[in-house]
Amino acid sequence: MGYFYQINFYIFGLLAIASALAFVTRKSPVAAALWLVNTMFCLSALYIMMDAQFIGAIQVLVYAGAIMVVFLFVVMLLNLGHPSDIADMRGTWAKLVAAGIGVVLLAQILVVQRQRLPRIIPEVEAPRNVITGIAGPLFNEYLLAFEVTSVLLLAAIVGAVLLAKRRS
Amino acid sequence: MINEALFFSAVLFTIGVVGVLTRRNAIIIFMCVELMLNAVNLTFVAFSKLYGAAGQIFVIFVMTVAAAEAAVGLAIIISIFRHRETVNLENINLLKG
Amino acid sequence: MLLQHAAAGAAHPLSGTAAEWLWLLPVLPLAGFVVNGLLSLVPAYHAGPADPSATHGGDHAEGMHADQHPEDEHAEAGHPPILHRFASIASIVGPLVLALSFALAVSIFVAMLGAGEIHTPFIQRYFSWMPAGELNIEWAYQLDQLSIVMVLIITGVGTLIHVFSIGYMREDPGYPRYFAYLNLFVSFMLVLVLGASYPVMFIGWEGVGLCSYLLIGFWFSAKANADAGKKAFIVNRIGDFGFLVAIFLMYANLGALDFAGVAERSAQLAAGGTLVTAICLFLFLGCTGKSAQIPLYTWLPDAMAGPTPVSALIHAATMVTAGVYLVARSSFLFSLAPVASLTVALVGAVTALFAATIGLKQWDIKKVLAYSTVSQLGYMFIAVGVGAYVAGVFHLATHAFFKALLFLGSGSVIYVMHKAYHHTHRHDDAQDMRNMGGLRRHMPVTFVLMWVATLAIAGIPVFAGFFSKDEILGAAFARAHESTLADASLLGIPGSIVLYAVYAMGLIAALLTAIYMTRMMLYTFHGDNRTGEAERSQMSEAPWVMTGPLIVLAVLSAFGGWLNLPEFFTDVLPLGKTASLDHWLEPVVGEATLRITHGSAAHLSANTEYVLVGLAVAAAASGILIAFTMLKPAAQGTKEQAEVRGTDTGIERVLANKYYVDEAYDAAVVNPIVQVSRKLLWRGVDVGLIDGLFVNGSAWVARGLGLAGSWVQSGQVGTYAWAIVVGVLAVLGAFTFG
Repeated sequence: MGYFYQINFYIFGLLAIASALAFVTRKSPVAAALWLVNTMFCLSALYIMMDAQFIGAIQVLVYAGAIMVVFLFVVMLLNLGHPSDIADMRGTWAKLVAAGIGVVLLAQILVVQRQRLPRIIPEVEAPRNVITGIAGPLFNEYLLAFEVTSVLLLAAIVGAVLLAKRRS
Repeated sequence: MINEALFFSAVLFTIGVVGVLTRRNAIIIFMCVELMLNAVNLTFVAFSKLYGAAGQIFVIFVMTVAAAEAAVGLAIIISIFRHRETVNLENINLLKG
Repeated sequence: MLLQHAAAGAAHPLSGTAAEWLWLLPVLPLAGFVVNGLLSLVPAYHAGPADPSATHGGDHAEGMHADQHPEDEHAEAGHPPILHRFASIASIVGPLVLALSFALAVSIFVAMLGAGEIHTPFIQRYFSWMPAGELNIEWAYQLDQLSIVMVLIITGVGTLIHVFSIGYMREDPGYPRYFAYLNLFVSFMLVLVLGASYPVMFIGWEGVGLCSYLLIGFWFSAKANADAGKKAFIVNRIGDFGFLVAIFLMYANLGALDFAGVAERSAQLAAGGTLVTAICLFLFLGCTGKSAQIPLYTWLPDAMAGPTPVSALIHAATMVTAGVYLVARSSFLFSLAPVASLTVALVGAVTALFAATIGLKQWDIKKVLAYSTVSQLGYMFIAVGVGAYVAGVFHLATHAFFKALLFLGSGSVIYVMHKAYHHTHRHDDAQDMRNMGGLRRHMPVTFVLMWVATLAIAGIPVFAGFFSKDEILGAAFARAHESTLADASLLGIPGSIVLYAVYAMGLIAALLTAIYMTRMMLYTFHGDNRTGEAERSQMSEAPWVMTGPLIVLAVLSAFGGWLNLPEFFTDVLPLGKTASLDHWLEPVVGEATLRITHGSAAHLSANTEYVLVGLAVAAAASGILIAFTMLKPAAQGTKEQAEVRGTDTGIERVLANKYYVDEAYDAAVVNPIVQVSRKLLWRGVDVGLIDGLFVNGSAWVARGLGLAGSWVQSGQVGTYAWAIVVGVLAVLGAFTFG
């Protein structure tokens, strides 16, 4: 505990940010996807360090391992792997305005966060068994959401299959 | 730790927004949206350290929905690509009045 | 109808007599208007199959004069006259309603004679016309000695003129329309003289202006005629503005608008003060418009474009006298304002002289008579200006007789000339005196009757005009000696000097009147005929339906002087009751007259009277002699020959062109207004500002907004993303600052 976690937290956090920046500025979709995967790895590390080990695990499994793979599949399928030409990014003027918007957005979020949060944040004792901590509420209080999510997944599957089908 | 997490989350989210605004490739824009979702996940996890398990449960749901959305969205992009041979957003402008 | 009688207490001596039917007087001609109007709505010509006019019958209904249609294959001379389908009905209805009105007027007059001394007017109130807060204007008629005189003149002379019109206008396709308008005119004129308050009088005032416009422009398909009608109406309107301002001033300061009320309250006003002077001057502005004085007289000569009986009725006998009636009716105001009265007299005198000079050089017979009318109206205004209201009304009456006679006589002449030219298919001017001459051999009766009228207007004793004109000049001279007017001063000039100048101008104008009237007779009736051989064979006396009324008018012109014989005259020739009109009108205007003459009866010594009379007669006689000796009609030749020979020199040209007054008005008033209207108001305001800025501009703004809006709906998802993010920033901003 203590300094080990602190330093690693910072390292992984900064890594995540750097990967995100790299991701946003790549021309090639494949490169961009891979940088995003890296970002997700770093985030997973952060989750684990924050006592959300289960989340950290399924982050790698689901997000990095499934969703990003689907992205890469589609990129390969449509043969978009080559670095795109310059037209992919908007012009300099748009980039500057976007950067400005970004700065403003960041400032606003930080201000709101500072306003809402208490100064001294008490630490909660982490539960011994993380899985039980999640599964309990999930299947008790949030059961309806759980079931509806399954329906949602079904709809997504059906929709995706239909949409991507070739008209024959 | 929570404060730092929140800070990182804010920065990641902003980077995602700038990416959406700046890029024209539909797939990359999609991935920026995923980045935004991840930043939000980080916020939820940070807050779950304060307020209990509900945050993590919400993260599970976010991920599920993100998966579903990614599937459907990519299917749409595929079918657009079949018609238009492009994923450049500027060229997908049938709605133009 | 709610009939109420005036004056609390004892009923008026006239109530229960024929005067109860007062309301019927304007209603009868109005009914005639309705009937004739309905008849005129039917398409005009009912032409037979072989009728040569069938080709252009339709045009005539819209008001083309018989000689204005294009030359075409006319049948040979002698095709029977084609009449309007309902001509016979209109011939009866039109004059009949007038004759009935006249009969009613006479019976009312007899009732008044029998009722003894009447000191207050007999007022009938019919309904509340304009109740507005404290002001309650009622539709009420007032019968007193002055109004009955006017009514008798209007209906009497009017009936004669209607009868004349049967002969004159019979073949006109717009025949029922003519009688409709004429009846409407008489109806309005009667409302004017019977009205018991200024607003009701104003209705009549405006109504006769309207009918004047309709009748002047009767043959409106010729632009000149339509223009003349417009000119009359517009120039009149300027005067009406003055009348209205006077009414407003009266109401604002006196609080009453009926004659009785204003008379009562004006007695409390300061004599000679600004208020009463202002009211009187504005009233007089209205008079200059309606009665064709300087500066608003220019419409009257142009009004000769209408049919001649119209000129006789409206522009000689009745409408133009409305101004004189107004001043006489408002005597209680004018007698309180010496400056205004002096102005009236001076303007009248200048106009009389001015118009007489123009009349010396006019060639159209009707124009001569038009300027003569303007001049004689000037005399009437001299009279009412100096406070001799009775003299003014007297001259009004005699002028109605002899001027109507002159106009109708010239109408007969024109009718005969017209027929002659029509027969020979020449299109010369039937009204130009240079084309006439020697007509006394062909129209002997008309010739004699016209001479009676000429002697009357010139002022030869013992005809009517002599007495009335002499009374006016005598009154002017007397007032110059002793009156409130002589004591006052106009623009720094002492009143007595002004009045002496007025007298002098009147005298000179009398001389000129004799000259130009004799000139007219010389050119028309005397000497050799200049029209042509072929036409001469066609000329004969006018039909009796036209000559009959002339005879009646001639009798009136000859013996009309008996209305108001002056007293000094009967010392010489005992001819009967003197000063009848004076006594008759005394309850109405007597007090005002006395106010001006400082309470004395303003009599000059008998010797002065004889001198003045002698001067007037000398002026008239010498005028006739001058005309006979100096004018050589034969040397002029016909109108065509005169125009070929070239224009006159210097002063003659100025007079012939009416001192270029119309041109001056055009340059000073009309053209600037037209230019401003065209350039500024039309192009600038209407096209530029209203069309451009407001109408087109608002469309442009709407389109611009739409265009801006359409940029948002670009169909580009990227644009939408930007919009969403900006929206998020805005919402977050609320949280950061809230």
